Amino acid sequence: MKIKLKIWRQKNAKAKGKFVNYTLDDVSPEMSFLEMLDALNSKLILQDDEPVAFEHDCREGICGCCGLYINGRPHGPGEKTTTCELHMRSFKDGQTIVIEPWRAKAFPVIKDLIADRNAFDKIIIAGGFVSVNAGSAPEANSILIKKKNADEAFDSAACIGCGACVAACKNASAMLFISAKISQLTLLNQGKVEAMERVQAMVAKMDELGFGNCTNTYACEAECPKGIKVTNIARMNREFIAAKVS
Amino acid sequence: MALAGLFLIVFLLVHLTINLFILPICENHDEIFSAIAHFMGTNSIVKTFEIVLMAGFLIHIIYGIILQIQNWIARGKGYKIANKTKTSFMSKYIIYSGLLILFFLILHFFDLYFIKLGLVEAPAAANIPHPHEEHFYDIVVYLFSNNLLYSIIYIIAFIVLGIHLNHTFQSAFQTLGLNHSKYTPFIKAVGTIYSIVIAIGFSIVPLYFIFN
Repeated sequence: MKIKLKIWRQKNAKAKGKFVNYTLDDVSPEMSFLEMLDALNSKLILQDDEPVAFEHDCREGICGCCGLYINGRPHGPGEKTTTCELHMRSFKDGQTIVIEPWRAKAFPVIKDLIADRNAFDKIIIAGGFVSVNAGSAPEANSILIKKKNADEAFDSAACIGCGACVAACKNASAMLFISAKISQLTLLNQGKVEAMERVQAMVAKMDELGFGNCTNTYACEAECPKGIKVTNIARMNREFIAAKVS
Repeated sequence: MALAGLFLIVFLLVHLTINLFILPICENHDEIFSAIAHFMGTNSIVKTFEIVLMAGFLIHIIYGIILQIQNWIARGKGYKIANKTKTSFMSKYIIYSGLLILFFLILHFFDLYFIKLGLVEAPAAANIPHPHEEHFYDIVVYLFSNNLLYSIIYIIAFIVLGIHLNHTFQSAFQTLGLNHSKYTPFIKAVGTIYSIVIAIGFSIVPLYFIFN
């Protein structure tokens, strides 16, 4: 496969940045998207050019590092896949692929395709935890949890914090991420105790960091590689309203 | 935003019901319409409620604009390739439909509402005697009978309003935290039916005068 690439290059956080065109002639359809970028970087290194900086770690869709905005979609054209799970067979021979970093005021680009997602960590630090030491796993029947709640909490906990929701949202809102973190805690007995304080603290931090507001376009749900549902956002809104009026 | 929106949604139904008396739906429809217009213009409870309604409009409009500005700032530098995520078409452009409705609302105020309040004179050609409020039915008839462009602008505005409502009806429930696998499909269906009823219901009046 011949692939034409248009990649955002930016020396550092303060540099202006621009798109640079590259061409790769011998791309295999079996290659993963990141392997294609590895091939490009090998070529660049051999040419004494600086390789393209992009974030990656596990390369199996669970660490949440590898978010890239590919041809107008976070994580590219696949459904419920991360960038590392995307393969070159998803593209046509001779196609131009435009690769951009996540764009949000709260996610500043620090180099090339790497956006600083520390804002997510700051939101978790603000309240995305259980304060008491819950100890090791208790005996299975000592705390009874409805199967439905356990399933929903587990589904919410599938969020890998990649930031695709922020990248896809026209408002750069982080509400799908935060609501998933809130849901996974609030649906379980240990997390329920601090639900009111948690939602207020996390939403306040979200606003402080400059994320946008949710206008219910649901692009986040459509692009989430882990299928996190917007019903989580409704749960968060419910808890937020309850916390404010109580 | 959502609460003010739901409040306006209820108001639109009241407005639509009154509007339908412009049409010959019963024998003395014009008298009923004039009587309602007179009641609306003089009853002190209605006049008080009018202030609440204006507050509802202002909160919805001003808050909507503030949120949109915050949201544009939150993106910062935009993407080269516009987002291709599959979402409902209008939800992405809700602010623009809202602004179009705002322009229509201003036009509507100058055409009818301010004339009714006596703040603006009725068109001289219409020969409407003072006080205008008592001859409100004649003003409405004059407006839609003598200017095809007005009728077309009104109909376009109602279609935009219908599209705006189709997204925002269910959106308001989501914002208030009311999303449930059992009830949300029902709320979405009611929202779609409601927005069609509003768009068609309001359009019937100018359409009637275009074809008569």
